[in-house]
Amino acid sequence: MHTPTTSMEHESQWVEVGQLDDIPRLGSRVIRTAQGDIALFRTAGDQVFALRDACPHKGGPLSQGIVHGTRVTCPLHNWIIELNDGTAAAPDQGQTACYPVKVEHTIISIALQHA
Amino acid sequence: MIKEKLVLIGNGMAGVRTLEEVLKLAPDKYEITVFGAEPYGNYNRILLSPVLAGEKTLSEIMLNDRPWYTEHGITLHAGKNVVEIDRRQHRVRAADGTIEQYDRLLLATGSNPFMIPVPGHDLPGVVTFRDIHDVQLMTAAAKEYRHAVVIGGGLLGLEAANGLMRQGMSVTVVHINATLMERQLDQSAGLLLRKSLEQRGMHFHMPAQTVEILGEERVRGVRFKDGSELYADLVVMAVGIRPNMELAKKAGIHCERGIVVSDTMQTYDPAIYAVGECVQHRGQSYGLVAPLFEQAKVCANHLAHLGYARYEGSVTSTKLKVTGIDLFSAGDFTGDEHSEEIVLKDASQGTYKKLVIRDNRIQGAVMYGDTVDGAWYFQLMRDGTDIGAFRDQLMFGQAHLGDAGHGGQNKAAAMNDAMEVCGCNGVCKGTIVKAISEKGLFTLEEVRAHTKASSSCGSCTGLVEQIMASVLGGGYSAAPKEKPVCKCTDHTHDEVRKVIREQHMLTIREVMRHFEWGTSDGCHSCRPALNYYLLCAWPGEYQDDPQSRFINERVHANIQKDGTYSVVPRMWGGVTTASELRTIADVVDKFNIPTVKVTGGQRIDLLGVKKEDLPAVWGELNKGGLVSGHAYGKALRTVKTCVGKEWCRFGVQDSTAMGVRLEHRTWGSWMPHKFKMAVSGCPRNCAEATIKDFGIVAVDSGWELHVGGNGGVKIRPTDLLCKVTTEDEVEEYCCAFIQLYREEARYLDRTAPWIERVGLAYVKQRVVEDAQGRGDLYQRFIESQKYAQIDPWAGRAQGEVDRHEYIPLKQVM
Repeated sequence: MHTPTTSMEHESQWVEVGQLDDIPRLGSRVIRTAQGDIALFRTAGDQVFALRDACPHKGGPLSQGIVHGTRVTCPLHNWIIELNDGTAAAPDQGQTACYPVKVEHTIISIALQHA
Repeated sequence: MIKEKLVLIGNGMAGVRTLEEVLKLAPDKYEITVFGAEPYGNYNRILLSPVLAGEKTLSEIMLNDRPWYTEHGITLHAGKNVVEIDRRQHRVRAADGTIEQYDRLLLATGSNPFMIPVPGHDLPGVVTFRDIHDVQLMTAAAKEYRHAVVIGGGLLGLEAANGLMRQGMSVTVVHINATLMERQLDQSAGLLLRKSLEQRGMHFHMPAQTVEILGEERVRGVRFKDGSELYADLVVMAVGIRPNMELAKKAGIHCERGIVVSDTMQTYDPAIYAVGECVQHRGQSYGLVAPLFEQAKVCANHLAHLGYARYEGSVTSTKLKVTGIDLFSAGDFTGDEHSEEIVLKDASQGTYKKLVIRDNRIQGAVMYGDTVDGAWYFQLMRDGTDIGAFRDQLMFGQAHLGDAGHGGQNKAAAMNDAMEVCGCNGVCKGTIVKAISEKGLFTLEEVRAHTKASSSCGSCTGLVEQIMASVLGGGYSAAPKEKPVCKCTDHTHDEVRKVIREQHMLTIREVMRHFEWGTSDGCHSCRPALNYYLLCAWPGEYQDDPQSRFINERVHANIQKDGTYSVVPRMWGGVTTASELRTIADVVDKFNIPTVKVTGGQRIDLLGVKKEDLPAVWGELNKGGLVSGHAYGKALRTVKTCVGKEWCRFGVQDSTAMGVRLEHRTWGSWMPHKFKMAVSGCPRNCAEATIKDFGIVAVDSGWELHVGGNGGVKIRPTDLLCKVTTEDEVEEYCCAFIQLYREEARYLDRTAPWIERVGLAYVKQRVVEDAQGRGDLYQRFIESQKYAQIDPWAGRAQGEVDRHEYIPLKQVM
């Protein structure tokens, strides 16, 4: 289940969360964790990203937004958030936490911080 | 990859704007070199007047400073004049010997001020008003001398005169015509302008023709044709500009009054493009910034090898940048024997408004003193809106038409910085002004992106446009005639829909491929629009794309600010029963739903439902016979009714039954925007049918059908469509109207703006007069309803549809 961490993700651990096909293309699914919800996104090209499921603007659930390219639009006030680093697209300013993701043989894992 | 070489001659607003657009579209395509005659970066030439008036400093009007060029890898030859284009060798040569090769050459040489060739025009102390150097000459002169004569009573001349007056000089404006700014103003407005400038201390000598500039060492006066003379120690020539085409002409490029370009901004030499004041397009040259920016956009589109944009000329409007003077002019304001005029004149208030109208469409406008509605009239003019329905109110402005939220406080110039402009997003005037000047914004789109002002309900758009116009003056770039679907494309809604129909397109990808969308899979604006257009064009055939729907439509409930959802079951015509209410009460108890609220559309709203609970909540409601109310969709929402003649002592028809019948007929249909109906049983209109998209008011002899109303931010009462007698007719007309709206309105247009755009007469023609066409519309609606009337809650409650939407993928604790 848990693979050892690399030095990059010090003090974090990889957790398997599901299969690639559990997430629709250009869609999202939620992972419930002790530290709050994490949104997993799948792009048209099958890249997977993980962000804290809260917009830096007013905390809107990003998992409910429309995914386009490598961005998601928050459903509450249309802020556009970059999936790769959680930053808000200009001219808005802000950033939401993002988590390392890997997909191996269609199995998705994310790196979580130790609680 | 070896980059192609793009050389720009002319470091002004039009040329550099083109480069900015090219960098956006194809950042790595070109190695770019710029030649500019002036030793500066690119500055905002239209703000030279405020600089002269001492209201702005030079650094405040810089648009692109030198670091910008470096940052984008652009070589800037500032202060170097190109003297030769060698078209055979594809290279240009500057006066100092600098030579650059080009693959594509862009000419943006602007214009030269015209000097009247009278004796003495070359004396020291005679200047033009064109660039930073001129402004420096004038401000220096103002320190040393007292008496200025400005030759030319047009826009530029008056701005120069005002600036010099502000610098402390005594200024006389000499004009050859009897009316100031005769190209923008008629006689009445010209007189008002003259009067208020005179009150500020400006002098006028007009009509008068200059025949000689007097002086030996330096200018000391001006002599006119009638023999009179004026003393002057500074003379500003501001009689007009001429496209600067010498260089192009010398290179053998076809020129007439300007460098002639096609709709793709190409000159007769296909490797050479031209934009800005130096060009002549379809016989027209433009000196205002909005058209130049439109040209820049088209030119960049071709330079980036996208190749589909066309410049088709511009409709322009003018504002004078003299603080405290409100003046607006657009289009053909003189008219002819086929046009009519509406005029309002109040000399003691100093206001004057004139609209020139032909076939119920605005052809031109002149306004003086009160220009609040200039942007609105201009919009109506560019859209070719049929003003027949509100012609009698037109003169009193947009606020008078029922702009409940903002009426009475629309005067941008009179507002202080702390006053709120956009109620939706809480943006005040100061924020907008600051963003415009600090971030160098020119278009409404940019202001929306940076400040959010007018980006929600849009009712303050006119006000935002006014603020832009007052900050930018002529630099304000009005929105293009027809808006593209979104930033991913330059194609309009109507173009996209036409091709979807004609080429039988069945996927969003196909549409994007055909139109060469600028993004890989669109954005949150275009995807829902395309999904709707496909669904509407090919009911039963198009496979709905849930990922291209806004969350509410994807999960069939309304997202709330805390991420929970609200659930509104359908209550046909607003009628319910004890058993339905019991079901609702039980659901509320079972799922601990925190708030239960009665809505304006005669429904019950259950608020605060957790997403995971949605399918189970729906399951329980389904068991009690309740189905989805579509309160979350761009769809038929509600049919509101009064009790009608069954109970009411005033009722003349059974409005409740009519409402129930219509709701059964129309529920489930997707629309460009939300769609609300109401049926009132008598003209007392208790169901408030006259602020609905489709409203029905019973009268003794039948039913009145009203269309295009809405409540909300900007109240608009309905227009009367027609009167019918039977309930079958009500249904047929209603469905035909809905189908016309579904097929022809743009996504996110409600019925009100749609009808205002196409005109009530058009809707009447299609739905009332053309019986055959009405029948066809009705049939198409019924056909599409076959595929739409499936309760979306049922499948989801049973866990058969979109299960993944409602449950978390995993719990990690």
